[in-house]
Amino acid sequence: MSELLHPRDLQFLLYELLDVEALTARPRFAEQSREIYDAVLETARAVAEEHYFPNRKRNDQEEPQIVDGVVVTQSDLKPAYAATAEAGIIASTHDAERGGLQLPHTIAGAAIAWLEAANIGSASYPMLTAGASNLIAAFGSEAQKAKWLPPMLDGRFGGTMALTEPDAGSALADLRTTAYPNPDGTYRIEGTKIWISAGEHQLTENIVHLVLARIAGAPAGTKGISLFIVPKRRYADDGVLGASNEIVLGGLIHKMGWRGTTSTLLNFGERGHCLGELVGEPHHGLAYMFHMMNEARIGVGRAATAMSYAAYRYALEYTRTRKQGRLPAEKDPTKPPVAIIEHADIRRMLLIAKCAAEGSLALVLACARLVDDEQTAATEAERAEAHLLLEFLTPIAKSWPSIYGQEGISNALQCMGGYGYAREYDIEQLYRDNRLNQIHEGTNGIQALDLLGRKVMQQQGAAVGAFMRRIEAAVAEATAAGLTDLAQSLGEAAAQMVTVTKSLGREMQADPTRGLANASVYMELVSRVVFAWLWTRQATVGTRALAHGASGDERAFYEGKVAAARFYARFELPKNGPDAALLLRNDPAALEFKDAWF
Amino acid sequence: MKIAVCIKRVPDMDVRFKIAPSGTAVDETGLKFDISDFDGYAVEAALQIKEKLNAGEVVVISLGGDVVQETLRKAMSMGADRAVQLKADGTHVDSFAIASALAAELKDGGYDLIMFGRMSIDTAHGVTGAIVAELLGLPCVNAISKLEFDGRTAKMRRELEGAYELVECALPAVVTIDEGIARPRYPSLKGIMAAKKKPLESKPAQLPAARLSLDALALPPERAAGRIIGEGTAAVPELVRLLKEEAKVL
Repeated sequence: MSELLHPRDLQFLLYELLDVEALTARPRFAEQSREIYDAVLETARAVAEEHYFPNRKRNDQEEPQIVDGVVVTQSDLKPAYAATAEAGIIASTHDAERGGLQLPHTIAGAAIAWLEAANIGSASYPMLTAGASNLIAAFGSEAQKAKWLPPMLDGRFGGTMALTEPDAGSALADLRTTAYPNPDGTYRIEGTKIWISAGEHQLTENIVHLVLARIAGAPAGTKGISLFIVPKRRYADDGVLGASNEIVLGGLIHKMGWRGTTSTLLNFGERGHCLGELVGEPHHGLAYMFHMMNEARIGVGRAATAMSYAAYRYALEYTRTRKQGRLPAEKDPTKPPVAIIEHADIRRMLLIAKCAAEGSLALVLACARLVDDEQTAATEAERAEAHLLLEFLTPIAKSWPSIYGQEGISNALQCMGGYGYAREYDIEQLYRDNRLNQIHEGTNGIQALDLLGRKVMQQQGAAVGAFMRRIEAAVAEATAAGLTDLAQSLGEAAAQMVTVTKSLGREMQADPTRGLANASVYMELVSRVVFAWLWTRQATVGTRALAHGASGDERAFYEGKVAAARFYARFELPKNGPDAALLLRNDPAALEFKDAWF
Repeated sequence: MKIAVCIKRVPDMDVRFKIAPSGTAVDETGLKFDISDFDGYAVEAALQIKEKLNAGEVVVISLGGDVVQETLRKAMSMGADRAVQLKADGTHVDSFAIASALAAELKDGGYDLIMFGRMSIDTAHGVTGAIVAELLGLPCVNAISKLEFDGRTAKMRRELEGAYELVECALPAVVTIDEGIARPRYPSLKGIMAAKKKPLESKPAQLPAARLSLDALALPPERAAGRIIGEGTAAVPELVRLLKEEAKVL
């Protein structure tokens, strides 16, 4: 098998670019060390290679089915889930006092990326449990934490988040699932949820659904939404698993990719026997859920990253071994054919895949590092700055690895010619699997509205200011390292982004509908600047290492980083030129196109 | 039951090796190191014995420079209780000298069982365990694939060509482990965290003068490129001719 992720690159990003070791100076991580982090990543890799990768194709071919009213998933899934829980990966970031490992999010994210690169259709189950458990840890009462977290963290209970309804998808304000208060403090839940990933399966004894619902009589819109813990089976405070909680599977949805993950329609309390526990305060549910959604959105970006990374490494190995043709300058047909990586166009495609994969990994790990900073940095000012930057980067981390990564997978597939398109090889599945990442956890269009309409505009553009401070530092570092070309292209692209942002800001104030009409194009422009920032930083770190005398394979690794950053700056970043022109005139072509004209 | 498992740090074998400029060692740049495969089985087998008996201690021992501490730490993160590094910098190839240093450490340790992998996957001498047994005057059973206990008697199975043999001996004893015995667990995250707090003792290895030296290493010659001599039955006479005259295998 080809490498799913490149361990040397993970080391580079974690320790050289993001200085994760510095986290061990903070009280929460004081007992940890680089050796521990390396060992954690080794275990994650072992779990991925042993329990996830071998079943990737099978998981795609043997979709979950309903047999005698029960959802049957392919047989390798249950041991994989158990192994993940047993290894401690679900509990990795939780507090030690709750049975967690208290690892930094940066390390946990890198560990999970191994599983996601190996087999996303299986990895989604434990990841959904981890996300749901984090939400209970953040907003549940002490009693709820004591009751629900242990079985979720040790692998006995799964978890989901149940937001979407048949008539309330991207517009959650319209959701109708209702919670009726019972005298004992519990709630009777009634309603229908759809697209609930891992909503039904037999991998765990129970499934803990975190359900958004409206308490009867609550105000309309997002302000009337509350969050509930609604288990598949009743679960008493004394730890005894009870009867069914009347959550009925309405059907399974059959998807293009991620086929191993059940995607369900669930009916809650059709006969009035579904009970839920309120989490936190009434009517605060959406805010709580967005805590998990932000985490989930970075998770979507990480999954997209992992898939594009696996595709890149797969194509890399293939192009190094597949021999076809001779270089254009070679006129002697008796000369042996060359490995196709020798051909410039193959290298161009591999470079797109590399820039997408390694750039995306840098982004999602940088976001995870900001989560760690947001929670554990020494001063309030540092935590606030991290929060601001994270808010800005989250819609980009969610969307751009799914778009640019898809382009990366497409190019990796193209490198393999017809074999890339054949189901006997792995890449076509990665292409299908990754396509979902542009859609779920808020479509990329929603992310663009979030970026331009909310993140960029709030607090008088404070988030853009925080990002620009990072850009300025990166430009100064690159200049000091002698990378003046990269420093210049980054500086210019960032300045252009600010100009465009100000222009769109004025449009938004005059007419939000008009101002947001090209939000997706704006997000692409900002995303390219974010990637230019991260690639320039990687090149700077690489140049410093080269100056310190890296040799052999190490030298090639760092030279590859610098050269890839230049490829990005010259081939990808210039695409911002036409986009900036479009945005500065805020082109109304789409906005003004009438329905009848289609 | 007190069990010692002697483990060796070896490079990942799934790579193309380069020889260091000295000509007598492998170039370690970029190599990944881990517990030798059979030694990993031995650690797993020891841990399973302890878990089954719900008592006892598993001590892992390795000889080498400080880099072996990482290997020992991994064994502890799998579940071994403590570790001993017999500190000896440089490369050591004399199995008798290595076995002597190990025996010196093991002699007064009060171990009921001393375990080795049946051979290391890098140099594959496969003699260290047997020499340690001889030096300590203990029974030794090599390459076992199953191990059970009846009081102070160890009952073992050894795989043979198309058959197996059952062997037993009294404890204390030295055994070397074949791969069928148990698949090594990977360390859980909890195990990794716990391992950092487990004791790792480092002491100088009591190595006698080596009587064996490594003079040179060489890579096997590159294989010549394949040749297509034709297709179908028409190519058979030429193939037979080449197998007779060039390859000389017919």
